Amino acid sequence: MPQFIDRRLNPRDKSLGNRMRFLKRTRARIKEAVDKAVRERTIGDAAKGGSVSIPSDGINEPMFHDSDAGGDRQRVMPGNKDFVTGDRIEKPKGGQGGRGRKGADDGDGEDDFTFALTESEFLDLLFEDLELPDLIKASLKDAKLAEPRRAGYSADGLIPNLNVLRTMRQSLGRRLALRRPSRSEVERIEARLKEISDPPETEALRDEQLRLREELKRLKRLQHAIPFIDPIDVRYNRFTRVTVPRAKAVMFCLMDVSASMGEREKDLAKRFFILLHLFLRRKYERVDVVFIRHTHEAKEVDEHEFFYGRETGGTVVSSALEEMIEVRDKRYSPAEWNIYCAEASDGDNSGGDTDHCVELLNEGILPSTQYFAYIEIADRDISSHWSGGDSKELWRGYASLAESAPNFAMRKVANPADIYPVFRELFARQREKGAST
Amino acid sequence: MTESLVRRPRTAKPLFEGAEWDFPLMQEVYEAVKDIALNDLGLDVFPNQIEVISAEQMLDAYSSVGMPLMYSHWSFGKRFVRDEMLYRKGYQALAYEIVINSNPCISYYMEENSMAMQTLVLAHAAFGHNHFFKNNYLFQQWTDPNGILDYLEFAKRYVAECEEKHGQEAVESVLDAAHALQNQSVFRYRRATKLKLSEYEARHRERLANAQASYSDLWRTVPRSRKNKEPTQAEKEAAERMLRHRLPEENLLYFLEKNSPTLQPWQRELLRIVRNVAQYFYPQRQTKLMNEGCATFVHYHIVNELYERGLISEGALMEILHSHSNVVYQTDFDHPHHSGMNPYALGFAMMQDIQRICVAPTDEDREWFRDIAGCEDWRGALREIWANYRDESFVRQYLSPHLMRKFKLFVLSDKAADSEYNIEAIHDAEGYRRVRNALADTYDVGARDPDIQVVDVDLLGDRKLILTHKRRNKVPLAEGDRDKVMRHVKRLWGYDAVLNEEDAEG
Repeated sequence: MPQFIDRRLNPRDKSLGNRMRFLKRTRARIKEAVDKAVRERTIGDAAKGGSVSIPSDGINEPMFHDSDAGGDRQRVMPGNKDFVTGDRIEKPKGGQGGRGRKGADDGDGEDDFTFALTESEFLDLLFEDLELPDLIKASLKDAKLAEPRRAGYSADGLIPNLNVLRTMRQSLGRRLALRRPSRSEVERIEARLKEISDPPETEALRDEQLRLREELKRLKRLQHAIPFIDPIDVRYNRFTRVTVPRAKAVMFCLMDVSASMGEREKDLAKRFFILLHLFLRRKYERVDVVFIRHTHEAKEVDEHEFFYGRETGGTVVSSALEEMIEVRDKRYSPAEWNIYCAEASDGDNSGGDTDHCVELLNEGILPSTQYFAYIEIADRDISSHWSGGDSKELWRGYASLAESAPNFAMRKVANPADIYPVFRELFARQREKGAST
Repeated sequence: MTESLVRRPRTAKPLFEGAEWDFPLMQEVYEAVKDIALNDLGLDVFPNQIEVISAEQMLDAYSSVGMPLMYSHWSFGKRFVRDEMLYRKGYQALAYEIVINSNPCISYYMEENSMAMQTLVLAHAAFGHNHFFKNNYLFQQWTDPNGILDYLEFAKRYVAECEEKHGQEAVESVLDAAHALQNQSVFRYRRATKLKLSEYEARHRERLANAQASYSDLWRTVPRSRKNKEPTQAEKEAAERMLRHRLPEENLLYFLEKNSPTLQPWQRELLRIVRNVAQYFYPQRQTKLMNEGCATFVHYHIVNELYERGLISEGALMEILHSHSNVVYQTDFDHPHHSGMNPYALGFAMMQDIQRICVAPTDEDREWFRDIAGCEDWRGALREIWANYRDESFVRQYLSPHLMRKFKLFVLSDKAADSEYNIEAIHDAEGYRRVRNALADTYDVGARDPDIQVVDVDLLGDRKLILTHKRRNKVPLAEGDRDKVMRHVKRLWGYDAVLNEEDAEG
């Protein structure tokens, strides 16, 4: 007689422990591979995890084995077509030494080891040494929320916190222990009694009826004496209050959509926003995103509208900043929310507006904002921008801010491949700027 | 196959029609399969424990070398992530089943299998492999199916405890080193048991008595040959060392476990665990061809018999045979996907060939296989073979000229000094024996693993460990891995260690 066992419901992830060991062992290399993958892929794909390749030298498991080359050897092979004994066949040429021997130094060539990471593993590694800027901001850090957290069960509490499942389990245990007759037991006897006609036809039936009646009486008495639910069964959910740092963040995405921002510029800006959003989502329980786009006037829009809307006009950057202040004041009080802001622009602004922007930032925005990142989408050939001189209007204006405000940062981006390094630079754990202030 | 496709009058209703399976149905099919396996083929099996698992669990099983439980180590995680990726991307299908040499015999079946496939794998694993595990002499001598799961349980717990006490890194570094040596850490022969003191004394007395009885003073006067000089002091000491450490020793982990001057007791126990697991798998490495051949032959016979009896439908038979013929397909040497001999193909073909030789031998077969040709009892002959051979001896004994022609086997020799390959032998009258011997050699695990032995160590001197690699046919070791493994050896030994390479004689 065989034993059949259904194992499909067994706990999953039996290999999780070994998998983690493996990742731990190769952490540095995987990290390199992940960073590289992000640079090469679109953000949308990269954030999904997927496969990475790492060099296999750190994880190979060496064993004694024969070399692929040298010595005399014999092979038996199937499928002879036209060979006869004594045939001689030229060996393949070209330093191959008979059988594909790669990496002569190492003796045995090795391919990269490729495997798949889950999304969370991937993001963990991606953001491993990044930190949210200015979490240390004193006034905000102190303001913690006291949150009720589940903490097991208790025998007393408020009715709304009654835990029915646990209560019933207690009750069931007690009823079993005290042998309280179940309803089905009583019903069975009652049904049998009903079957027996009254008065009973035979002596035997009468005896049975008598016996059953006695039994029924006893069971009912027991049922009555042992309550279905006793006050000692009742269990309540217990809560304790735990203080937690505020875990809400709002991210303002500001973007210039005037005519000078083409498809390429918008795409670059989008990638930066997505990365920032992913990053914030890992650190906070709740992240709101506000999209504000502007031409000569600013408007809060939804995501689709933000990236794909068609609207053109002049460029007045301050309008976006004003809109942001307005939204913030209306919905996101700095006392409750961590505020992050990312602005993307090609750097054009109408004359005289830049000073207004700097003023707004200095007085209205930066004091209550955790971090403000400005990225300028540069021309494809970024080199001309590094030479200074012809910096765009907005860049010149913001440059003074970058020096004075520790929570303000600005970078230039020209290619998709730049996005991630720039992002890292902005959020790297030990920022130069942080150190100097 | 043609025989089975001839329509016969159906005697019974098929046990199942669709692809769906459930446990009661599997039970029913199991009983039908069992009837054929035990009463027709006369198999002898451990009780079966049949477990149905999901694809993910199959991946888990893969990564822990097919065992239901295993100690933790990063290399199993590595295997897991690789197999997982190959599977998810569709490069590699998962096995239909995994079977474990234990008592009761545990076999895992994928939930995705259709009922027809479950029938196939029941016959294949629960009876084919199971019979082989229970009856083959290598498994009987070297493995303990009753104790293996308990032992692994112990190993898992012990490794976990060590990690807690000594840190994960310390444990992993010992296991890494041990894994590197595991193929050189099996006993290939039974070791002489140590004599009890009384037995030892008795033997000693006997020898003395014998020497006295056969003493002849004449021998003293025979001059010594020049070769047999009196051994020097150093030679005497070396001989004494060899005796004391029972050198040479080819089981490297065993030697290190017993003699390393630096290992802690828990580290020795870890080496012992790795070596025991390697020993447990050693018979499987030696009988891959036979084991799969036996299981494939058994399932093929059983499903055809089920069909004959009308217990499975024609559709189910076709599905099974389709899968069967995929498994036993042998690619030619010049096929882009060729990767050596397919053990399923050759094993199955040889088993069928033996059946043919028993039932309908040709004159050639009578000449080559006098013992079984025409004996009619192919069941008995196969059972006998399954019990008493391993791959190497099986091929050397039972590969018939008929099969060599069918597979069109030829021997290619590749000499380092030569600029050309040479066709040494093909499937013709002069070539049969050479092809057969050459093929048998490739199945000799003992000859495939490098022959590395501990030859000397001076524990009183510099404690340098000396290993020797005997090169077969002048084939050297792969240098990169050799050096890495030697670093592991040095770490386990605690002092210097060298590996000398020398050419084996003959």
